Amino acid sequence: MTTSQSRVARRVAGLAPSGIRKFFELVERMPDAISLAIGEPDFTTPWRGRESAIYSLEKGHTHYTPNRGTQELREAVASYLERRFGISYHPDREVLITVGAAEAIDLALRAILDPGDAVLIPQPCFVSYPPCTVLAGGVPVPVPTRVENDFRVQAADLEAARADRPRALLMCYPNNPTGAVMGREDLESVVRWAAEKDLVLIADEIYAELHYDGGHVSAAAIPGARDRTILIGGFSKAWAMTGWRLGFAAGPPDLIEAMAKVHAYTVMCAPTMAQEAALDVLTGCDDEVAAMRREYNQRRRIIVKRLRDMGLDCFEPRGAFYAFPSIAGTGLSSEEFAERLLREEKVAVVPGAAFGACGEGFVRCSYATSIAALEEGMARMARFVGRVGG
Amino acid sequence: MEDILFALEEDGRLTTAQLAERLGRPEKEIAEAVAKLEADKVIRRYRAVIDWDKAGAERVFGFIEVRISPQRGRGFDSIAARIMEFPEVHSLYLMSGTYDLMVVVQGKTMREVAYFVAERLAPMDNVLSTATHFVLRRYKVDGDIMVERTENKRLPVTP
Repeated sequence: MTTSQSRVARRVAGLAPSGIRKFFELVERMPDAISLAIGEPDFTTPWRGRESAIYSLEKGHTHYTPNRGTQELREAVASYLERRFGISYHPDREVLITVGAAEAIDLALRAILDPGDAVLIPQPCFVSYPPCTVLAGGVPVPVPTRVENDFRVQAADLEAARADRPRALLMCYPNNPTGAVMGREDLESVVRWAAEKDLVLIADEIYAELHYDGGHVSAAAIPGARDRTILIGGFSKAWAMTGWRLGFAAGPPDLIEAMAKVHAYTVMCAPTMAQEAALDVLTGCDDEVAAMRREYNQRRRIIVKRLRDMGLDCFEPRGAFYAFPSIAGTGLSSEEFAERLLREEKVAVVPGAAFGACGEGFVRCSYATSIAALEEGMARMARFVGRVGG
Repeated sequence: MEDILFALEEDGRLTTAQLAERLGRPEKEIAEAVAKLEADKVIRRYRAVIDWDKAGAERVFGFIEVRISPQRGRGFDSIAARIMEFPEVHSLYLMSGTYDLMVVVQGKTMREVAYFVAERLAPMDNVLSTATHFVLRRYKVDGDIMVERTENKRLPVTP
């Protein structure tokens, strides 16, 4: 092939490689490393869901479903959102079943962005938001959040970003990578600000069930938010179904219609057996979800205490399954810290800078791992921090 | 209280310090709560779940369906009280359905269990009939799966 001109589109060539790729390769060659860098549950999908997928295959349900997902699952998602968060959606016009929450994010951006439209993205954030925005023709505008505010985005932060032609606000609470959650009042002021600017609010609430402090408030449930909000959720985290690739979006009919159009042209529909499994876990696994939440909560308390005991500042994460301690006191960059910790003590964490520039000075430690591994990982990390100086 | 019970049901060896850390409560409070749960017999005891097959020990379990005629005024309780005192009786349940008591009998050999049924259980007053079923393999016991399973791998780093 000739190399004078790249065959790869400039838009793709210009995307920065993910900050975690390099780590992945390092850790992969270290089989005895303890990984606190995993962004998925260590639990297996509740058997009820696995069993119904097997049954679905036995019955020969191997065909496409309707583009928007099966009627039964859309109805179950609508009643789940009503039951858990008090928001009502029409299952036919306002709910779309997607290939993971990840597809829903992509669809939302592609459905609403015209070339050059800006998307405000509170950071630290999930690594896909900026590249997905770029791929959809938009311009990502990072909005740094601060540990002093417990990493909750403030209307003043959004104002300070001074975005040109803002079209949408894309945020994730409970947050990956910080574990931050938004309270009702925080959401009210953000929604008010978004309404003033007439923005679409894309609320990635994939971690909604993993809230340890009394219960999640959905952005879509805030008065005035519903008709400008695309609420995104999924089965990966709460029901430990990452490998099934199944999520959903709920929102006003015009936006869901636009997303469904893109979805129909690109993937047709989400996998059939995964939809059948999801229907069962959604209606029958509340106890399993509660047990997993209880277990994560115990680990959360352990990891936060150990991080503080080793001398690191760690804000109290109240959701998801991550702690986000400050490593600024060590004088190392987050990447240096993570790389040396891995080489010297064989513990993998993710450098905060992978989640946006304002994540520098922090590392993400996942507690989606057994307590035994967590305790060993913390002991090794304490040794390392003791050596480099906290 | 419930959070302590959930944690101890999962791992009975947790110390009060560990419980305090995991549940985010002061150790003194945990210690008092555990003492009260023990005193009230909510927590009856702490013990290990042992895979006796793996330990190489001979243990045979028989599930014995027992039909009895209840005694006036005392129902099934007085005969149950007589049966449960035998050390061979591992568990005892009053059942709905076609029989009355499910007696789980533990012995070293099938013969030992069968003798216990024939010599002790069957001849009791009010016992109308017994049907003995021997356990061939224990797949899951009290919530613990006893067969080996492969560990699932996850990618070591994911966003």
